[in-house]
Amino acid sequence: MSSIAQKKGFGATIWDYMTTVDHKKIAILYLISGGFFFLVGGLEAMLIRIQLMKAGNDFLSAGTYNEVMTMHGTTMIFLAAMPLLLAFMNAVMPLQIGARDVAFPFLNSLGFWLFLFGGIFLNLSWFMGGAPDAGWTNYASLAIASEGHGIDFYALGLTISGFGTLIAGINFVVTIINMRAPGMTYMRMPLFTWTTFVASVLIIFAFPPLTVGIFFMVFDRMFGANFFDVTMGGNTIIWEHLFWIFGHPEVYILVLPAFGIFSEIFAIFSRKRLFGYTALVFATILIGFYGFMVWAHHMFTVGLGPTANAVFALATMAIAVPTGIKIFNWLLTIWGGSITFTTPMIYAIAFIPSFVAGGVTGVMQAIAPLDYQLHDSYFIVAHFHYVIVGGVVLAILAGTHLYWPKMFGTMLNEKLGKWTFWFFFIGFHLTFFIQHFLGLMGMPRRVYTFVGDQGWDLYNAISSVGALFMAIGVIIMLVNVIMTTVKNERVGNDPWGDGRTLEWAIPSPPPFYNFAQTPLVRGLDSYWIEKMEGNKKGMTFAEPLGDIHMPNNSFIPVVISLGLFIASFGALYHLDGDKPWALPVLIIGLAITFISMLVRSLKDDLGFHITKAELLEDQKRGETDGSK
Amino acid sequence: MDLNKQYTPRTWPDHPETATMEGKNKFVGFWLLLAAETVTFASLFATYLALKDKGPSGMELSASQLFELPLVFAMTMILLTSSLTSVYAMYHMKNHNFKAMQAWLGITVLLGATFLGLEIYEFNHYVHLGFGYTHSAFSAAFYTLVGTHGAHVLFGLCWFIALMLRNAKRGLNTYNAPKFFLVSLYWHFIDVVWVFIFTVVYLMGVIG
Repeated sequence: MSSIAQKKGFGATIWDYMTTVDHKKIAILYLISGGFFFLVGGLEAMLIRIQLMKAGNDFLSAGTYNEVMTMHGTTMIFLAAMPLLLAFMNAVMPLQIGARDVAFPFLNSLGFWLFLFGGIFLNLSWFMGGAPDAGWTNYASLAIASEGHGIDFYALGLTISGFGTLIAGINFVVTIINMRAPGMTYMRMPLFTWTTFVASVLIIFAFPPLTVGIFFMVFDRMFGANFFDVTMGGNTIIWEHLFWIFGHPEVYILVLPAFGIFSEIFAIFSRKRLFGYTALVFATILIGFYGFMVWAHHMFTVGLGPTANAVFALATMAIAVPTGIKIFNWLLTIWGGSITFTTPMIYAIAFIPSFVAGGVTGVMQAIAPLDYQLHDSYFIVAHFHYVIVGGVVLAILAGTHLYWPKMFGTMLNEKLGKWTFWFFFIGFHLTFFIQHFLGLMGMPRRVYTFVGDQGWDLYNAISSVGALFMAIGVIIMLVNVIMTTVKNERVGNDPWGDGRTLEWAIPSPPPFYNFAQTPLVRGLDSYWIEKMEGNKKGMTFAEPLGDIHMPNNSFIPVVISLGLFIASFGALYHLDGDKPWALPVLIIGLAITFISMLVRSLKDDLGFHITKAELLEDQKRGETDGSK
Repeated sequence: MDLNKQYTPRTWPDHPETATMEGKNKFVGFWLLLAAETVTFASLFATYLALKDKGPSGMELSASQLFELPLVFAMTMILLTSSLTSVYAMYHMKNHNFKAMQAWLGITVLLGATFLGLEIYEFNHYVHLGFGYTHSAFSAAFYTLVGTHGAHVLFGLCWFIALMLRNAKRGLNTYNAPKFFLVSLYWHFIDVVWVFIFTVVYLMGVIG
């Protein structure tokens, strides 16, 4: 079986990616599609800033602005930030724990295709009668009154992609519980694996409430249920609760893996063991735990009463404690380290003050009386962009540079990387710092234009210039990616030279079975220990070279996801009442999904074995072609 | 894994459901799925409690007038019994007694189908009283909570039947043992949810 190093044609490569169950290839799929949606969301952000560049602008109509603003938020959170983080989780986490794949390779693929079809469905709304326009939070009081199919695209698209995310979350938790290499105890797991673990647990508990809330909305619109119709006894606050019971943990689902990426970067480029590893682990768990107890701080102005507001205000302030623990541990990791200012490292260093600024404004909003003043103003917009861009997006950009060699076997250009960083970093602060003051001056969020001569004109113009800087930074990054791919200069196992964890001990990119022999982990920062002891192989092996069992590729995930995609169109157009073809489309779509699930359940799929002889041959080839 | 490997009660592992790596992964993964399902039902219960007896002004129907315990009690006993029979099936699975397992699974499916039939009858009865899905926020919350449970019962029945038919001719091995184990786990979960529905919806509804 020489499929290990075969050169493939274009069609065969596409087919390979559509059927793959290999976590490293699925990571690349997540990276490409998440990156695409990041560009779409960025374009929408540019439209928003062009519209708000000057007072009384008519670049976008009020209705279009609502759509662009809604889709910017929804796309960035669900279709860009989460998939990009899932890309790194897929690419790196199994390697860090010394596993050959995730626990459920088939479900891994299914999760990706559900996400992609959900995302495409949501974005097709632009071409099929208008996008959702009730904000990314889609509050029922607005959404129920929204005309057209925008809200249906939102509800059905997020349901499909939400199932994909839930599947990914379960998969990662099982992988980390069951698939760790011998010696990889919980307290030896790299911090990125730990944050993946906690974020995945949050996914498991946070996504079902969102799904339930969305189903209520679909039922209200499709079957005439009355969950949110106040005249029929309904209650729109139920949506707000369900949405934020999901929505607040979602913030931590995004930011914890970002913390994990930065933790790796600080240790690698300070050439030091993470300071306070144990404290960092427990702070991660604590943040995950608190994350579920603070949702109502998004609803202080709803009128839940002083007791509820006080409880949620206190819980919210408490989260600052474990977050502060993390910040100090990172600072003390850098302290006294032998620092190299590579692109990932400057992102990491820039992250600390940016994220702290977002955290501080967060604690300000936790003060319920003050929140009455800040609510629905640009102060809130500034705050959450400091957290999400200053935390998550910087981590994604840093992670792209850090893990690019491990994913693709080539190194992104450092010089261009630093240009990207400076444009993006300066642009980010230029855009959002000033929005704090716009908010304090009373500029409301989510309004398509403003009246001039209130002292807002210059600040909005500055904010728009900042957005342009960020766009330039992203364009430089795209140039960097293209140049690097064209040059195709291959790198070795440990291209940064100071890798500490197992993923740097194997080739870049790794062979599809990851580890020819399962490693034996002898402590935290396993690869670093071996390096310090002069072990040229970089690993101690837990087993002799032998046959490896691998899962088969499958096309079924695409079919299952496609079925739901088709069914969604049926459900959506069935609402119109004058389209007799809609119901059959719905039924056919669901039939495709359920029949392919049945086929998957009933058809035996036992995988295949790579023999020892093939492994030896593969290793020899690796040594002769110099990729080692 | 060799599908043709023949087991006897003597060579059959103590825990066939977790004898393989796939089995172990499925076992942990399924518990996590049940955690997600628990949150799903918790959201539905919370919504039901918030919208109980809520409707357009002047709405006559309320939970205490609508629900009657005898039928629901019978349904509860039937579903609880089906949980017991699925335990017997798993007992025989662990002893590598395929025929007895299939027989008990068959009884489980019959009881589950009876439960589902009674639930459809019950819903139909309410609809004839004018308590349709679009009647009020209360009716929407009630039918969505209890109906979601009913849909889970239907899915469980289909799953049981598919596995029984698929493996009817080849008996038990460590490849299909985890599958049988998981569906019975799922069945227990459905049963537990029903206990809560019986308490929160029906008992608390009749009390008023």
